[in-house]
Amino acid sequence: MALAGAGAAGVAGVAGGAGALAYAATHAQPSTDAATGAVPFYGEHQAGIVTPAQDRLHFVAFDVLTRDRERLADLLRQWTAAAARMTAGRDAGAIGAVNGIPQAPPDDTGEALGLPPSELTVTVGFGPGLFRDDAGRDRFGLAARRPPALADLPRFAGDALRPEISGGDLCIQACANDPQVAVHAIRNLARIGMGVVGVRWSQLGFGRTSSTSRGQSTPRNLFGFKDGTANLKAEDTGLLREQLWVQPGDGPDWMAGGSYLVTRKIRMTVETWDRSALAEQEAVIGRTKGVGAPIGRAGEFDEPDFDATGEDGQPLIPADSHVRLAHPDLNGGARLLRRGYNFVDGSDGLGRLDAGLFFMAYQRDPRRQFVPVQTRLSRDDAMNEYVRHVSSAVFACPPGVRDAGDFLGSGLFA
Amino acid sequence: MRSIQFTAFGVAGALAVAGLAGCADKAESTASTGGPITVEAGDTSCAVSRTEVPAGQHTFTVSNSGGKVTEFYVYGAGDRVMGEVENVAPGLSREFKVELPPGTYQTACKPGMVGDGIRAAFTVTGSAQPVQLDAALAGAAENYQQYVRSQTTALLDSTGEFVAAVKAGDVAKAKELYPVARTYWERIEPVAEIFGDLDPKIDGRADVVDEGMEFTGYHRLEKDLWTTGDISKDGPIADQLLADVKEIVAKANAEQLTPLQLANGAKDLLDEVASSKITGEEERYSHTDLWDFSANVEGSKAAVAALRPALEQRAPDLVKTLDEEFANVTSALEQHRSGDGWAGQDTLSQAELKKLSDAVNALAEPISQIAGVVAGK
Repeated sequence: MALAGAGAAGVAGVAGGAGALAYAATHAQPSTDAATGAVPFYGEHQAGIVTPAQDRLHFVAFDVLTRDRERLADLLRQWTAAAARMTAGRDAGAIGAVNGIPQAPPDDTGEALGLPPSELTVTVGFGPGLFRDDAGRDRFGLAARRPPALADLPRFAGDALRPEISGGDLCIQACANDPQVAVHAIRNLARIGMGVVGVRWSQLGFGRTSSTSRGQSTPRNLFGFKDGTANLKAEDTGLLREQLWVQPGDGPDWMAGGSYLVTRKIRMTVETWDRSALAEQEAVIGRTKGVGAPIGRAGEFDEPDFDATGEDGQPLIPADSHVRLAHPDLNGGARLLRRGYNFVDGSDGLGRLDAGLFFMAYQRDPRRQFVPVQTRLSRDDAMNEYVRHVSSAVFACPPGVRDAGDFLGSGLFA
Repeated sequence: MRSIQFTAFGVAGALAVAGLAGCADKAESTASTGGPITVEAGDTSCAVSRTEVPAGQHTFTVSNSGGKVTEFYVYGAGDRVMGEVENVAPGLSREFKVELPPGTYQTACKPGMVGDGIRAAFTVTGSAQPVQLDAALAGAAENYQQYVRSQTTALLDSTGEFVAAVKAGDVAKAKELYPVARTYWERIEPVAEIFGDLDPKIDGRADVVDEGMEFTGYHRLEKDLWTTGDISKDGPIADQLLADVKEIVAKANAEQLTPLQLANGAKDLLDEVASSKITGEEERYSHTDLWDFSANVEGSKAAVAALRPALEQRAPDLVKTLDEEFANVTSALEQHRSGDGWAGQDTLSQAELKKLSDAVNALAEPISQIAGVVAGK
């Protein structure tokens, strides 16, 4: 799944978007303030989903420790207030890093002092564990409000998941163009949450591996290939309504305007990849390494021709290539909005880079999008020889915060 | 062992009802001038001769009729230690004096020195004056200093016993006494740390060698006891430890602590837990880190409890949070009790250690707010 959709057709995306422009008015996103580099926090949807992918990520998943529903709701209010301040380039707390009384710890940790907002976005999601714990108990009286689409992911072939870095009751995705700003946000939010939540696992990422806007060029992943050519883009308003945003009637009302996030930490065995021939690499992906064109075509955004055969009579784009298996045509039209990041967590003690892709994909319903695509990939994808999925999680990301009187997840706790 | 939940009444508690006339004549005869209150502390019982006395100074005589070492406490609201004796060996009797303002209290025997103890209500009658803030803060320092004195007394005794076992070459007994002696040290560690040079001599780990110091003290003996088991040459190390402990005890008892030092001390004790006990760094040979963990939390709680009257005036919500989080840490730790002590740190899974870590962080954050409250505005 590392490159899910990498081969999906950009052309199809454009067509779909153009056909659905009528929806644009109600689904437009406020854009970044060019002068300050601040992404608007309030809006119909949470920022950090179709916001043009920033360069850096700090993602964290929490376990909820409290049994008190009101404490949990209060934490979400506090997180909302702190996120509104930090995304505007201000301190996490009302007093700030250096303005309090000398004997008390500051209510902001201070490492972002003097730094601009750096297009920081803070996006919050709820995991299945918030509704029922492992023993099946309804922890906060929310079980009846669990969306059917927030289903536990099935086990996929070849999964090597580590429980200690998988799952979580809550998540926060902080993206920014400065890693210090993203880390500052997570650090302060985790601190605010102490006692109510505990950090389960976290992940740093760099080098956005997808474009979420047509204004962005397509970046490369650690295999060296362009990644995200066929991603859903912010401009595809109609497609976003069809594929990304939860619509009224999809499930419980509190999720309308939200989206579901699937995260997968995909370790790449880059050393063996680097020893494989260019032709093999391209055959695995189904695209050229240079411009990123589908094999047999010339341009990155050309539609792949899955029927084309070579002189040997075999398909030019191999049957087990990533592009073919992930293509919407083979997956009931399923598309994803991906905003994953490369990671290198040092090396693994055997001298191998502990590196890969922290895959993140937003969608309207994982049961109809991520799950069938990954089921196909996990069985047949030639890329499986070079990747291992080590972490997995799914979260329901509620709609945006309307104004200063509202908070993240207010609909769920209403 | 019972664990009794009780409501936190202030020292100026309104329940200090003097109107129990039937007790009056008896109480008068044993008021400030009267005889001691006796406590028969067994392994499963705690018989206190009176449960209601008039305000004033009282003397408790605690006799240990059981088979385990015991402790006896008189607690105010939030387990504020009003008076106590530590380390009462079987067959021994100890006495202490305590000044008690009107209010409701609890008495507790702790056979084996574990848990909440065997608790009972204790009432001090009379009419209470509202506590002034200045008096509350001054009282905090005084209250904690009394706690330090009780701990240092037990520290000297228990370290003496440990040292004697080492010098006698009794490895098994020394191993048994080691975590007990350290309990009293760990409860008041921030006080000890005021004396910069003595602390590493007593409590430094092997790393002190890198700083050009000789490796002595508890952990040097710990290493020999748990790695080679050869303590035949450790007599001088043991003597040195006892001499250093005596010196630090004298200094600690003479030290005047400020309320701010109490607040920071309470936080420092939890930082100790978070940074070196949960990781197993502190007791790397014996793995008795959870003994230290428990003692650090108890010491932190004693410092916070001493500040309680002032905190209740300035930040009642914080007091409520602290009570909850102290209870959470204690119950998380209780999962790892082993006999009268604690399971080895090395026997806990990563998930179990994380649970403890989460609980400590949850407590340490609000505790870090206390200094600001004490110093503030």
